[in-house]
Amino acid sequence: MEWDWAIDGWILFVGTLSACSCALLGNYLVLRRLSLMGDAISHAVLPGLAIAFLITSSRAAWPMFAGAVIVGVITALLTQVITRYGKVEHGAAMGVVFSILFAIGLVLIRQVADHVDLDPGCVLYGNIVQIALDAQFEDVPPAARNLACVFVLNILFVGLFYKELKISSFDPDLATTLGINATLMHYALMVMVAVTTVANFESVGSILVIAMLIVPAATAHLLTDRLGVMILLSQLIACFSAVTGHLLACYGPGWVGVDAVANTSAMMAVVVGFVLFVAIFLAPEQGLLAKWYHRMKLSSRIVRQDVLGLLYRWEEMNGESGRSMRRDEVLTVVGGGSLPTRALRKLLRQNEIVRMMDGRDVVYRLTDSGKLAASQLVGAHRLWESYLAKHFHLASDHLHEPANRMEHYITPELREELREQLTDPKHDPHGKSIPSEPM
Amino acid sequence: MSGRFAGSKIEARNDDHDAESPLSIHDMTVAYHRKPVLWDIDFTATGGRLIGVVGPNGAGKSTLIKACLDLVPRASGSVRFYGKSYRQQRGIVGYVPQRESVDWDFPASALDVVTMGRYGRIPWCLPPRKRDKYAALECLDQVGMADYAHRQISKLSGGQQQRVFLARALAQDAQIYFMDEPFAGVDAATEAAIVVLLRALSAKNRTVLVVHHDLQTVPDYFDDVVLLNMRIVAAGPTEKVFTAENLHKTYGGRLTLLDKAAQAVAGAGAR
Amino acid sequence: MVNRRANRLRMVWAAVWVALLGCTPIADAADGHRVGFSSVIASGVPVSGMLASGGITDNSVSFPSWDKIFRALTLRDYNTRIVVIGATLLGAAAGVIGTFAYLRKRAMLGDALSHATLPGIAIAFMVVGHKNLGWLLFGAAVSGTLGVLAVIGMRRVSRIREDAAIGIVLSVFFGIGMVLFSIIQQMNTGGESGLQSFIYGKAAAMLHRDAMLIGGTAFAVIACCAVMFKEFRLVCFDQTFASSMGRPVFWIDVLMMGLVVLTTVTGLQAVGLIMIVALLIIPAAAARFWTDSLLLMTVIAGGIGAFSGWMGSVLSALLPRLPTGAIIVISTGVVFAFSMIFSPHRGVLAGVYRRWSLSHRVAHQNLLRALAECEEDLAAEVAIPIADVHAKRFWSRRHLDRLIARGSRLGLVSQIGPNTLKLTETGRRESRRILRNHRLWELYLIRYADIAPSHVDRDADEIEHVLAGDVVEELERELEQESTIPPSPHKADESRSKGVPA
Repeated sequence: MEWDWAIDGWILFVGTLSACSCALLGNYLVLRRLSLMGDAISHAVLPGLAIAFLITSSRAAWPMFAGAVIVGVITALLTQVITRYGKVEHGAAMGVVFSILFAIGLVLIRQVADHVDLDPGCVLYGNIVQIALDAQFEDVPPAARNLACVFVLNILFVGLFYKELKISSFDPDLATTLGINATLMHYALMVMVAVTTVANFESVGSILVIAMLIVPAATAHLLTDRLGVMILLSQLIACFSAVTGHLLACYGPGWVGVDAVANTSAMMAVVVGFVLFVAIFLAPEQGLLAKWYHRMKLSSRIVRQDVLGLLYRWEEMNGESGRSMRRDEVLTVVGGGSLPTRALRKLLRQNEIVRMMDGRDVVYRLTDSGKLAASQLVGAHRLWESYLAKHFHLASDHLHEPANRMEHYITPELREELREQLTDPKHDPHGKSIPSEPM
Repeated sequence: MSGRFAGSKIEARNDDHDAESPLSIHDMTVAYHRKPVLWDIDFTATGGRLIGVVGPNGAGKSTLIKACLDLVPRASGSVRFYGKSYRQQRGIVGYVPQRESVDWDFPASALDVVTMGRYGRIPWCLPPRKRDKYAALECLDQVGMADYAHRQISKLSGGQQQRVFLARALAQDAQIYFMDEPFAGVDAATEAAIVVLLRALSAKNRTVLVVHHDLQTVPDYFDDVVLLNMRIVAAGPTEKVFTAENLHKTYGGRLTLLDKAAQAVAGAGAR
Repeated sequence: MVNRRANRLRMVWAAVWVALLGCTPIADAADGHRVGFSSVIASGVPVSGMLASGGITDNSVSFPSWDKIFRALTLRDYNTRIVVIGATLLGAAAGVIGTFAYLRKRAMLGDALSHATLPGIAIAFMVVGHKNLGWLLFGAAVSGTLGVLAVIGMRRVSRIREDAAIGIVLSVFFGIGMVLFSIIQQMNTGGESGLQSFIYGKAAAMLHRDAMLIGGTAFAVIACCAVMFKEFRLVCFDQTFASSMGRPVFWIDVLMMGLVVLTTVTGLQAVGLIMIVALLIIPAAAARFWTDSLLLMTVIAGGIGAFSGWMGSVLSALLPRLPTGAIIVISTGVVFAFSMIFSPHRGVLAGVYRRWSLSHRVAHQNLLRALAECEEDLAAEVAIPIADVHAKRFWSRRHLDRLIARGSRLGLVSQIGPNTLKLTETGRRESRRILRNHRLWELYLIRYADIAPSHVDRDADEIEHVLAGDVVEELERELEQESTIPPSPHKADESRSKGVPA
């Protein structure tokens, strides 16, 4: 398809506006666990629109927004009523409300379908191209104008009530006790979501509104731990998916050899879904890859420490001058596989153990720095054993296992505290000496 | 109380709350569904005291707090703060909910959370000012958490989270505080820090009502104690009220826990 | 012009009424006229005026003749028969399996599932090249299952919570489906018309084989639920316990979810992917209002589903402009609203009444108890000064007056002077009974505080009804032995009302 700025420019503009306006509010929906409320409202505004059409028989903006506001409040209210008085779980209550309202809307639309140009299909996935085509007759398509207004409104809402939204999302009870009415904020947010949904009907449609409400915010929450940053990121993600979505819709099918143009708004949802998919894997802290990396790092540290502890105990048992531990003996205790081998290599590199030949066998000895690290570790282990024995009255053969797990997590401060609580013990419950803290 | 005495006061008793008292509860009954969980609670707190609320599980301790703050409906009775209703006195009442009641995954730092305590005095739509931030930092410092001000709250330990909550309560600068199990699941260091904090509040003539579950520490921590088991079994100064007999009435006679408590009582008496 | 506007408004109302009530229009058109639908509802509007105004008469729903109603109700027409049977069975199956999904808190997962079927349908169509129902439904089932797995996976591996995961899956999968559909439409293979019915549903176009498919599915689903009832119950109620008993919770879950997928996929054509979730949730939620037994709940939910399916399909057979799926959903909604308001145990009205009567009862019994205590203080059955009663309680004078007025209406007290009142004989008996009962409970709570049923209602529950006879006897003995009757903690005695001395 030929790229035509007169049309595609408008599509990009409208798509970006609608994605950003949704994503802005979506942050609060996601944080308040109200994502499904976005879902419910975007379905439920249908009867509001239909009634507005029926009354005015025009697609004028104001009746539409009025209808949306009313229905948005009704949805939130009914959900609340059903949850509270019917003791129905919140999610299910939303399902009840929105599906009934949607059905009512569908019936109403069927009644007027001949009169008002309202395609039920369009309600679901919008018609962004039509908006762009409108631009040929008017300077600014009315839908774009409405969207821009709503976007500004959303920015004002989030900007002005940033603090109120934040506290009533985090701790509604506290907000209420401070005189910031959390219920009021809840309904204000619901009204804004309803208005945004209606403004977006023509461009992206109700179901894709849900994508834009929830997905950018959920993705941003994976990437950051700051509310302000999260909101900014969600806007960037929304922009990116709008632009990429349109490009892909135009050229994507061509790349796979299909001569067609895909629906832009649907493609926006696909792109934003893909961004989320990537973020689940690659997010810096929350991502699967990062978690896997940290787990690997932790387990290799544990193996290294196990090796150090093993060598320390061996040398303690056999004396300084005794036989050093052979490589195969180390591996038998710590376990085979690549992890212990790599641990040995790293320890050698860090100069904590040295590798020597004893006849034909490879043996390891602790260096001074290795001995220091190992003594702290073994100290932690034995301190913990003493602590358990003192406070939990465990049998002495039940002490080793928990201490073995715990020793890797005991910080110097905790060691200090244990020592203090146990009044600086010299021996653990098995009678082994507890290495003292090096000065 | 003799009838004549009451008769002479009959006009004054119309809504007979003590205007001096930070908290007075009269005839409060709270019911979930049909079953009452709190029965005929009458209680008047004295200003500037640390008050422990103790009682067995399901005795309605948290419900007591929530009913005072209008967070659950009362079937009967009234609650007054310095003689006025909660609505009028919202500004002077602080609340520290149970730690599990909020979402710790929320994108906020410890400082953010503490600053929230000041939101009540910042006008709508205005962002927190510099001095609010400094005040919040100061509160964080008081609980020994200044170093963690910018840490994401989910990365704090349970005890640290509890301290952040307390710092937030400090930032509220209320006259009377309600704390729901602040000692639940915290380490020894935090527990000590909380006690120091409570003492500091009480020294500033603040009244603090704390739901507590560890009987052994009651005599050490609290000036007054409320023994609660659906109704108030006894309330008053700890040394008078926290007796083995009252504990039996509260917890029943078969709890081994009571032996420990009795020791604690004896220990407190000896001190 | 004004007239037209007014008519249009009337029509809106009519449509809203139909939507809300799902009702059959009032039949004053026995002669089988075509009548403006709204005029029937908004009674008082002359039919002739309606017709004369023109313009919107074509909006009117042609009102069915009695004959047509009769034919529809008795399933005379082949088409109607197919649709009604199909919709009823679908409703029953969805209601039954929906009960378990609802109790397992998986209700909204069904929404993600139904939306996630769209890409599967599109891909199946692209691969097969024509509308082969079997393949389309197979595609739907596969991608629906993928959607469910995506929700579960996201919750497991990231901090994304269930609600967000459901929203993400339903919108993104729907987006993928729409992309594919927009491409299919341009490929012009010709066979794509009708794929839209998967979105909104088109029960009226149901064919014999569709009904057979739904019938077979319904039978399979209900049979499975019957056979696995015990296991499903266990998993819904207490998953940990179930797995501790060695039940393969995972596989039971998979079976349950599989049945949900099956029901959803077969119901897609009839109700559409947006509203099918209503058939899963709403009958179950409505049934919950009527019973506490799972078996009954399942049966009732199935019944509600079947009724709604029947109602929706019959109505839309009579009034062809009404979309069947939507009418079915609205019917379930009407049943739900009715259940929620009128259910005797969990309904809203019952709840309001309970709260109202509770505070009344508490106040009333407090008064009687206070009076009994006053008589005890005075040690005689004499007139009691109102001031004494007042002293027992923190009541405002107005409140106390109201309580006394109510008491005298019930014949329990009589006010004998401006400031004195007296218990009647019945009142005395009643107040003593309440006082005794209350003190017994009090004593019980003190003696057995550790095991006392924590939520007994001490004034309403007769102690004899709750506790074993020997315990009551023991308590009574103790109550008599106590030289001083245990002071009621509700007496506003000095130490308490003055609170804690500083």
